[in-house]
Amino acid sequence: MNNLTIRGGRVIDPANQVDAVRDVFVRDGKIAAEPVADAPVVEAKGLVVTPGLIDLHVHLREPGRGDKETIETGTRCAAFGGFTSVVCMPNTSPAADNTGTIAFIKQRAAAVGCVNVLPAGAITKNLEGTELAPIGSLKRAGVVAITDDGRCVQNNEIMRRALEYAKMFELPLMDHCQDNNLVSDGVMHEGYWSHLLGMKGWPSIGEEIIVARNIMLAELTDWHVHCQHLSSAGSVRLVREAKKRGVKISAEACPHHFTLTDKSCKGYDTNFKMSPPLREPRDVEAILEGLADGTIEVICSDHAPHCAFEKEVEFDKAPFGILGLETELALSLMALVHKKLLTLPQLIGKFTTGPARLLRLNKGTLSVGADADITVMDPAREWVYDVNQTSSKSRNTPFHGWQLKGKAVTTIVGGRVVWPVQRACVG
Amino acid sequence: MNWTRKDLIAIEDLQPEEIVHVLDTALTFEEVGQRDVKKVPALRGKTQVNLFIEPSTRTRTSFELAAHRLSADVVNITPTASSITKGETLKDTALNLQALHADIIVIRHSSAGAAKFLADRLNVSVINAGDGAHEHPTQALLDAFTIRQKKGRIAGLNVTILGDILYSRVARSNIHLLTKLGARVTLAGPSTLVPRVFEQLGCRVCYDIEEAIADADVINLLRIQHERQRQTMFPSIGEYAAIFGLTKERFARTKPDALIMHPGPINRGVEIDSDLADCKRSVILQQVSHGLAVRMAVLYLCAGAQPAEEAA
Repeated sequence: MNNLTIRGGRVIDPANQVDAVRDVFVRDGKIAAEPVADAPVVEAKGLVVTPGLIDLHVHLREPGRGDKETIETGTRCAAFGGFTSVVCMPNTSPAADNTGTIAFIKQRAAAVGCVNVLPAGAITKNLEGTELAPIGSLKRAGVVAITDDGRCVQNNEIMRRALEYAKMFELPLMDHCQDNNLVSDGVMHEGYWSHLLGMKGWPSIGEEIIVARNIMLAELTDWHVHCQHLSSAGSVRLVREAKKRGVKISAEACPHHFTLTDKSCKGYDTNFKMSPPLREPRDVEAILEGLADGTIEVICSDHAPHCAFEKEVEFDKAPFGILGLETELALSLMALVHKKLLTLPQLIGKFTTGPARLLRLNKGTLSVGADADITVMDPAREWVYDVNQTSSKSRNTPFHGWQLKGKAVTTIVGGRVVWPVQRACVG
Repeated sequence: MNWTRKDLIAIEDLQPEEIVHVLDTALTFEEVGQRDVKKVPALRGKTQVNLFIEPSTRTRTSFELAAHRLSADVVNITPTASSITKGETLKDTALNLQALHADIIVIRHSSAGAAKFLADRLNVSVINAGDGAHEHPTQALLDAFTIRQKKGRIAGLNVTILGDILYSRVARSNIHLLTKLGARVTLAGPSTLVPRVFEQLGCRVCYDIEEAIADADVINLLRIQHERQRQTMFPSIGEYAAIFGLTKERFARTKPDALIMHPGPINRGVEIDSDLADCKRSVILQQVSHGLAVRMAVLYLCAGAQPAEEAA
């Protein structure tokens, strides 16, 4: 059971510095050194075989908002997109600030999830930023990180103590960097377009000042802060400088922040509304540079499903966020590899070794003995994203109808094919 | 000029000749307002809904009267009477109005983009009566109508817009209109409310009121929009009046034929000295009268079927 041979593909395994045509063997759901007799074969000739991709920033909306997404539908999006593990954010209802909610998520994921679901716990109770959540108990319940994502801990004292405390449990802290006073009720990037359109600005400084704060607190506490979804050139510069000093700081970027700009908000289409917002071309350039020079070591989706009726409203009244799991790999390949800013192995690192190191996961590798989470992809395959075919319960994407290049062909979790679905059923 | 729009959402969308066409059409309707019988049958049988989700007196009354004078039937929906306060979405409100066979929806809304939101989804004519801080196209048109009537032209004039530019839809519509028709626009006010980024729209930005109004042919004063302010944009109304208020002393140093305009409501003693608001060079009330003619023209062009000559 759960034996496989993935035959003849170009194997890219950044953790082991492998980039060669060879077979990959699976025995009992683990990567094996030798083939297993009569194991089913996945033909990968002409394709690329990588460790299963990890997305460390998704919203599965369960418990509480199953009308937007569920663990079942969200993980199907992940499988379609080539992701074998996702880290789900704690801004559920109730918030994942207690062990019961974590247990529920893990139970649902085991029952209906088609990829690995790694829950993140809250930093503070009910994500309110005022009292610490039971971080140690959350760790014991199985969270891989803590974050108040969607919100940002404003109180520097609480942030400091959260870091000192999380360090004891070796739990990385991920922060949605947003100063509430500077951002206030901003709905799009503050710049030429917000002024032209008459919309309230969400200025870059609202992110940068918290990135700077996080760098200082990471330095003080000597513990890890991961800055979520960097959107501005200033943030990239701050993280780059801090890393040079050896500060325990890291950062992620989302495809929409390196493929779209604030000009897209011109038609008041709420599928271009997310937090942090789309910014200027120079910010896009800076994020691409940060990915190229290693300042940003993780790419994630910030997959944020919202119901159509919630999004089809006035721009300033719409919730922030867009779908991302299904388009993430293609957009990253197009913006980074096809444009030769990164090699394919470097890009695969952003989805494997990058998140795995940050979260101290025994994943993101094809080492013998590791979980047989494997993605088979065709980086050159051209396809059109049709959101009406999505596995998600929601449809909020700005990428509907886009001509994309690069696609996960087969997604394997623990030696089982979970995408395409038909094969998952027989497997 | 062949008018093809069913909606008026933003001056930014208009070609200069379209703007001139509205102003010319308004001229014919102005004459209607001076007759004994102030009514023409241009929109007879049409239903206009004034969907005012944000409070307004002047603009709503003006649109209402304009509709009456064009013989349209008018229904007013005020913020408290609207189902939006009961949680209905704007889309549903709009679809309901369309289902009641409204022909024209005039919308005032606190969200930028709300008028476009309706126009994108409805077959009826949508007229923007102010969407958040985005645009207030009929205000800019009536301002232009007033300037043209008083000065004979718009091209080449120096127009200074003074006050809260950041949150002002009037400013944005005026900037687009005036620059399209060849005026030179200066923006002035506290630096927190007049960001330099407006220079990219072709304006001069100036933080010294005396310098800003020295060469002005028209001074358009804007109210400080308390309801849209973030808390920290300037210290106090008193300081605003002291540094940026149009006082008699300041006005005495402008061109002798400079006009004072204001879209209203005015705050006497804040942005303008009370006596100046009533002086001969103030055309504030004429703007209000012109608003009626301009709105008749806009409603007629967007919702009327006949060519302009037959209307008047």
